[in-house]
Amino acid sequence: MTYLAEGLPVPVAEDDGLDAPYWDGARQRRLMIQRCSKCGTFQWGPEWLCHSCLSFEIDWVEIKPTGRIYSWERVWHPTHPALKEQGPYLVILVELPHAGNVRMIGNLLGDPLQAVQTGSAVAADFEDHKREDHSYTLVQWRLAKS
Amino acid sequence: MMERTLRGKVAIAGIGESLYYKRGNSPTPEFKLALQAILAAAEDAGIDVRQIDGFASFADERSMPVRLAAALGLPELRFCNLAWDGGGGGGAAALGNAAAAVAAGIANCVVVYRSITSGAFRRGVGLAGNPTISGDRATWYPHGMISPAQMFAMKVNRFMQDHGIGSAALRAIAMASYHHAQMNPRAVMYGKPLTEEAYEASRLIVEPFHRLFDCCMENDGASALIVVPAEWVKNLRQKPVYVLAAAQGTGYREAARSHNAPLYASAGFTSLAPRLYETAGVKPTDIDTAQIYENFTGGVLMALVEHGFFKAEEANEFLTLENLVAPGGKLPFNTSGGNLAECYMHGMGLQIEAIRQLRGHSTAQVPKAKLALMASGPMVAPTSNLIVGTAETL
Repeated sequence: MTYLAEGLPVPVAEDDGLDAPYWDGARQRRLMIQRCSKCGTFQWGPEWLCHSCLSFEIDWVEIKPTGRIYSWERVWHPTHPALKEQGPYLVILVELPHAGNVRMIGNLLGDPLQAVQTGSAVAADFEDHKREDHSYTLVQWRLAKS
Repeated sequence: MMERTLRGKVAIAGIGESLYYKRGNSPTPEFKLALQAILAAAEDAGIDVRQIDGFASFADERSMPVRLAAALGLPELRFCNLAWDGGGGGGAAALGNAAAAVAAGIANCVVVYRSITSGAFRRGVGLAGNPTISGDRATWYPHGMISPAQMFAMKVNRFMQDHGIGSAALRAIAMASYHHAQMNPRAVMYGKPLTEEAYEASRLIVEPFHRLFDCCMENDGASALIVVPAEWVKNLRQKPVYVLAAAQGTGYREAARSHNAPLYASAGFTSLAPRLYETAGVKPTDIDTAQIYENFTGGVLMALVEHGFFKAEEANEFLTLENLVAPGGKLPFNTSGGNLAECYMHGMGLQIEAIRQLRGHSTAQVPKAKLALMASGPMVAPTSNLIVGTAETL
């Protein structure tokens, strides 16, 4: 059972492979983020060079998959036909303190009508989407004890 | 050394619009609407259409300059330009690019335009089916963050929380646009006033702050304006309006992927606005009317703060209907009805309204308006903005 109904666009790695380590990592239940091997700056979304020191030597490192809610929204008007019967759902922007406070979008699992507080601690929950082709895993979030 | 700015070097000679329609209701094809708007702008200016020698537009404009030039029988096309990326954020940039070309002598008579039949091209219908996607969008589409309302509410919520701003501030913005549309017979929402009760009863699009009336419409129509060298004004039909400044771009890493702009809760004008005022040689308190692109009211709120009209902490107090309406408000705002209630021409209608105000021709006229500010985009990257003024402001 996935948080949102199936039928949404299917994420695949870019043709040039830039973000492949992220999607490969998610399938293995590992949260992978870019970190510059020269200056240590974390970077998300991925890019070919470090925005801080301009080095091309960038590593992918596994991050402890916990964070806090930076902002949130409850969507009442879905635009995609697959979500027509979905009802309201929660999208959150999560700040990752173990990765230089980079942020990522995810859904807050659980009751879609729950009260949400900015700053709440969350932990990742890896959600598999099995398909005949292009199976993928989304990094989702649950409230955690802070 | 001559100052390297646009200030006073070019004028807006003419403005023109097609009829404006509800989405999908235009009986006229998109390209023909563009031609109608351009001919109307030339007529308004008192310029022979064959003097046009350039075109500038933005977003995903489909009416191509070379086809326009051929259709209009232009003897020569010297400049065609599309402001790169940012959708509606390129509107003021298109005028800035046209002004730069004219100021530099690359072209003499440049049309800034936008034509949209959103119904025919299924704009805003959303992605159907489940194609594969990659890159930036792949990090938010699968989470049901797909439409612009969904993309931008995240910024607005953070900003309003950070500064303790309530939803009544957004309601005042929506109501000001609708209020002005009731005086404007061209407006799609003419004759359809918005009350506080109707706003509050409207359905939520994205909680916590965005209701139906916080969101722009989708429409069909075309609009155009014509930029010429300042020396031409003595031969023009209309009172001249001059470009004092135009800015475009982003600040530091504002377009960082996957919602990672360092200054996230922003409309995207923090770097542009100071530059704009400095070039124009004016202050926020000098501006007689503001025409701010409303994709969503939350973006207008942040844009007004970033242009220095009030501090974020003063938003609840400043953003009342009374303060935002012509003729007597502190800052008459979107006096044609704007994207919410006149027509969603991706902000071109707001540029035209800025010109109309300075000519004294608005249907919600601000008395003795001399300076108008227009801002394109909020919350996209890049954004753009401009200040226009009457001859006495030069």
